[in-house]
Amino acid sequence: MPTVEFEGNTYNVDEDGFIDDFTNWNEDWMRHVKTTEGIEELTDEHYKVVKVLQEYYKKNGIAPMVRILSKVTGYKLKYIYELYPSGPGKGACKMAGLPKPTGCV
Amino acid sequence: MIPSRLPQERIKTVADNLPKPEELSQIDLSMPDTGWMDTPAIFRKGIYCHAARARDIEALGMPNPRDWRVEDDDWKLPHNWQDVIMDGLRERLEKFRSLRIFMDTCVRCGACADKCHFFIGSGDPKNMPVLRAELLRSVYRHNFTRAGKIMGKMVGARGLSETVLKEWWYYFFQCTECRRCSLFCPYGIDTAEITIIARELLNLLGLNIDWISSPVAKCHHVGNHIGMEPQAMKESIDFLCNDIEEITGIEIKPSFNRKGAEILFVTSSGDYYSEPGIFTCMGYLMLFHQLGLDYTWSTYAAEGGNFGYFTSHEAAKLLNAKIYAEAKRLGVKYILGGECGHMWRVLNQYMDTMNGPPDFLETPVSPVTGTRFENATSTKAVHICEFTADLIKKTKLKFDTKRNDHIKLTYHDSCNVARGMGMLEEPRYIIKKVCNNFYEMPEETIRERTFCCGSGAGLHAGEDMELRMRGGFARANAVRHVRDKHGVNMLACICAIDRAAFPTLMEYWAPEVGVTGIHELLANAMIMDGQKERTQDIRGEDLPNLEPEDKGANNV
Repeated sequence: MPTVEFEGNTYNVDEDGFIDDFTNWNEDWMRHVKTTEGIEELTDEHYKVVKVLQEYYKKNGIAPMVRILSKVTGYKLKYIYELYPSGPGKGACKMAGLPKPTGCV
Repeated sequence: MIPSRLPQERIKTVADNLPKPEELSQIDLSMPDTGWMDTPAIFRKGIYCHAARARDIEALGMPNPRDWRVEDDDWKLPHNWQDVIMDGLRERLEKFRSLRIFMDTCVRCGACADKCHFFIGSGDPKNMPVLRAELLRSVYRHNFTRAGKIMGKMVGARGLSETVLKEWWYYFFQCTECRRCSLFCPYGIDTAEITIIARELLNLLGLNIDWISSPVAKCHHVGNHIGMEPQAMKESIDFLCNDIEEITGIEIKPSFNRKGAEILFVTSSGDYYSEPGIFTCMGYLMLFHQLGLDYTWSTYAAEGGNFGYFTSHEAAKLLNAKIYAEAKRLGVKYILGGECGHMWRVLNQYMDTMNGPPDFLETPVSPVTGTRFENATSTKAVHICEFTADLIKKTKLKFDTKRNDHIKLTYHDSCNVARGMGMLEEPRYIIKKVCNNFYEMPEETIRERTFCCGSGAGLHAGEDMELRMRGGFARANAVRHVRDKHGVNMLACICAIDRAAFPTLMEYWAPEVGVTGIHELLANAMIMDGQKERTQDIRGEDLPNLEPEDKGANNV
């Protein structure tokens, strides 16, 4: 399994660079993903999206439907794409330490 | 308001190295200098998917669970892997007479060669169905026929080496099991079935792909591909109901896991999780509410799409069984299935002998029209397009078709419903009743001859994006044709993989064409009892050029 070394942390990741186990997530990981995603600066909005995703994931074992994310954060999808150029799935979920969804999605 | 199409950036991010359409469409059709047996399979990134993970293989109790990487030389095979494959092949040759016939009868006429969307889009000779089958057939000949044992390569036989095994893996995960080739074979050889067997053999060694094994494991353990737990499924569907209420003023309260309901409704999880599938799901919810249908959702049988079918017969059976176990537990009369592709292939062609007959259910009868769906007598599962077409035919629904007037529509026959179960007319019947601007794609690309989306059979991952764009080229090209000729701006389909795959495919090959399901279109046009004045479509977008009230509404 590939690993990522970042600021003294070692993270196990999947082939697409998603953290392997949510429990291994810490805030340093956000700064790592910030770099790989080409995000200039982490703002409160980034933190808010990550928080909403993580709270939902802890409760439900999956990332919320994009519309739910949009409604709970109050950010339109277009704005989420501005925050996370790779989008809510590939960018925001990765930063939050959530696995990528698979299936008819 | 959320845009229905994702921004262009999505393509860039899902595949950093994806060539531009102008480059990808330059397809090299020249043949290699060496014969096919001597031309090694070169694994190219963008063409293949990630390896299955140990935890998912383990969760299913399937052989050889371990983490491995496609790029590594060592695929961590068991020491007796050749025996495993040979025993597995022998067993299947005895079990499936069709396989033996398919192994013996091909005359290399070449009728199938240019019918495969992967060959059309890649020019790789091993994507000709005849040659794809030959990858397995050559090994069959070598080990199971006298001529092959004696004369070897002269009669197209070759032994099973690790190189051959890897070549199998590379090319049998470049087939979407769409069966278009089988339509043109004078012997009726079904290459999809050859792929199914080859994948089954590969799975004896734990050689699945992540995009398939993960959904199968989650479906088995949680109830759907995406691993959405019951409360989240309910919350998501309730969320869609809130959206419906905002748009129509009508409150909908669907039930879950309700014993004694008349009907169990099953669809793909893509329909209640991701766009644009959720709009089709809103269509189901609105239709069932309008009819006052006595139905229930299930959080146990929460998945139509059967990715087990891309793994092995046993895995397909395992997942299909959940739907029937739940139907029995809840005591429903029959099953109503949504706009899902592979669910129907398994239901229509396999269910009967896999998990049937479901004697505890009844032949579906529409509670609204009284129509008895005799065609569903053996499976007790009726397709929603049949169900809805019947409602319209018996004038049980009213439409204001103007609400779809901004849409210029074409229709993609989803492979597993069109070729897999022969449903060609019902979707078109519904479309023509709810949508005034409908344009067919060229006839050699629709109905039985429909071109695959290029992402079926579990191949719509992110890492194989080049393969998907190549495989979907023929379909997208036909869409592009009607876009340019008629101004088509929307593509309808009745499969959740289609709905997941097409937005990216359209962005790439035919920009400005959106993707929808038939029940989204239906719900847009349907006049509901007690609705408020409709100003938005069910995506929440303003309806253009709509007269106040529903003057001129068509009673169908």
